[in-house]
Amino acid sequence: MEPINIVNSVITPLDRKNVDTDQIISKEFLKRIERTGFGQYLFYHWRFDAEGNEIKDFVLNKLEFKDSKILVAQDNFGCGSSREHAPWAILDYGFNVVIAPSFADIFHNNCFKNGILPIKLTEAECDEILAKGLEKPYMVEVNLEAQTVTCEDGVVYHFSIDPYYKETLLNGWDEIALTFKYEEQIAAYEAQRIAY
Amino acid sequence: MDHNVPTKNLPTIHDPIARNQIETLAKNAEEFGVELAGMGHPDQGIVHVIGPELGLTQPGKTIVCGDSHTSTHGAFGAIAFGIGTSEVEHVLSTQTLWQNKPKTMEIRVEGELPVGVAAKDIILAIISKFGIGVGTGHIVEFTGEAIHKLSMEERMTICNMSIEAGAKAGLISPDQTTVDYIRGRKHAPQGEKFEEAAAYWLSLASDEDATYDTVRIIQAEEIEPIITWGTNPSMGSGVSNNVPTQADYEDESDKAALRNALAYMGLEEGQPLTSIDIQHVFIGSCTNSRISDLRAAADVIKGRKVHGNVTAIVVPGSYSTKKQAEAEGLDKIFTDAGFEWRETGCSMCLAMNDDVVPAGERCASTSNRNFEGRQGAGSRTHLVSPPMAAAAAIAGHFVDVREFVKETV
Repeated sequence: MEPINIVNSVITPLDRKNVDTDQIISKEFLKRIERTGFGQYLFYHWRFDAEGNEIKDFVLNKLEFKDSKILVAQDNFGCGSSREHAPWAILDYGFNVVIAPSFADIFHNNCFKNGILPIKLTEAECDEILAKGLEKPYMVEVNLEAQTVTCEDGVVYHFSIDPYYKETLLNGWDEIALTFKYEEQIAAYEAQRIAY
Repeated sequence: MDHNVPTKNLPTIHDPIARNQIETLAKNAEEFGVELAGMGHPDQGIVHVIGPELGLTQPGKTIVCGDSHTSTHGAFGAIAFGIGTSEVEHVLSTQTLWQNKPKTMEIRVEGELPVGVAAKDIILAIISKFGIGVGTGHIVEFTGEAIHKLSMEERMTICNMSIEAGAKAGLISPDQTTVDYIRGRKHAPQGEKFEEAAAYWLSLASDEDATYDTVRIIQAEEIEPIITWGTNPSMGSGVSNNVPTQADYEDESDKAALRNALAYMGLEEGQPLTSIDIQHVFIGSCTNSRISDLRAAADVIKGRKVHGNVTAIVVPGSYSTKKQAEAEGLDKIFTDAGFEWRETGCSMCLAMNDDVVPAGERCASTSNRNFEGRQGAGSRTHLVSPPMAAAAAIAGHFVDVREFVKETV
């Protein structure tokens, strides 16, 4: 997985709460056995109509957000199905950072396994960023090391993150290799556990 | 496997991408010596139906699976939760997962459940009362008299939809009902070993004076059969109510969510829920495809006919459930009424196979998610219990199954 630290980008304001993983990646795209190439299907039914034409007023279809790396949304982002295709699609489309007041647990975990930084800011802070981002293209700089989001107008937001996940993201570490350092302890625990 | 297996014209899978996925799984399972209940296997079925049926799901286990409805297994007092593909890989490699300690939440269902109200209605009522994100960061324990009177299958329906309340997992403290269910199953311990296991399982029960980080309480008496009218599982109301209006909400984002949902669903504010016509009925999914669900639906439709405008299918949760239902003659009751009796799988719950609701049409579904496009692009899903789905299939629109059964006998 690619390390991540500083991300500079215009934000994409997705002004919705409870964005579920069925919307992020629809089930008809889940049958492939690869992990790559899902970006083209991200938010498919919000981006395209039944004939496959772009829906012009959907935020991802607006030109000013085409190269955005930071997605901002409202509460409970990524709820529903555990499909990891959701973060795969987000990353493959070009986003490295998702900012929201809260995330669904499974989606939140899945981000860390794929080098996506999910940032929790307060609802008021997200509302501010969304409002500015909807008005005109709004640049921010995310700094994982410093745990800050610095906006183009000088506003700085601080976020907290689990230190373990911070290290893995900063270094792009493979978690399985990390876990194998504890192989002996795992075996010892398994040996004393009752199983029926 | 369960997600995209066809439910008719087996064993051919026409979709080459789906076929490749199923064949790759079978090949990998064989190569690494993992027992697989694949296509044609007598134990085949939806993972959250067969795990308990086979006695694999037991109290005190930690159970993970690459599917969010893994919370189902919490009904046995197991810690069971859905994980992503990378985490599945981590478990298969190391037998472990990195976890932060979750917070604990009690959702207590006090009092006695009214007659004709199903376990599905309890969990839908909880989600509509407390919200789709209430459980985020928590493992929820469902407690209270109304919960402990439920059968294991009903408890599975409750825990199954914990994820729809945002919970990491949902569980119910093991008791004698739990032990009795597991006894004699294929992978359950046998003989003396079972008694030893049962004593251990019962020792896992929650303490009387257990405390939780968060407590939510709901009165069973206030629960009626629920119908969802919107595009997430918290957008539901009792059958006697109307679709909400914007005036019912204070927050502007909630008003906007209502407008978006009703536009997608093709409904009017204030419209009675019983005025909603349906074109499809789906009885199935890991929430409601077990034998007691099929019996409850069959009770409602026995001697009646599916409405002329409605296409109705039943998809049993496993082959063993299907065989049991056929032995009881339930298949005959369904097919006589005009239902299609299908092979097992996840089917129209997520429409990854050919079982799709066409755009703009409405489905009364016993599944767990009513997200936009869940049952097919443009499809409109209303979540209900099996008896409510069965009654809607006959009437062609939603009805209160409690009245319906009385009136038309």
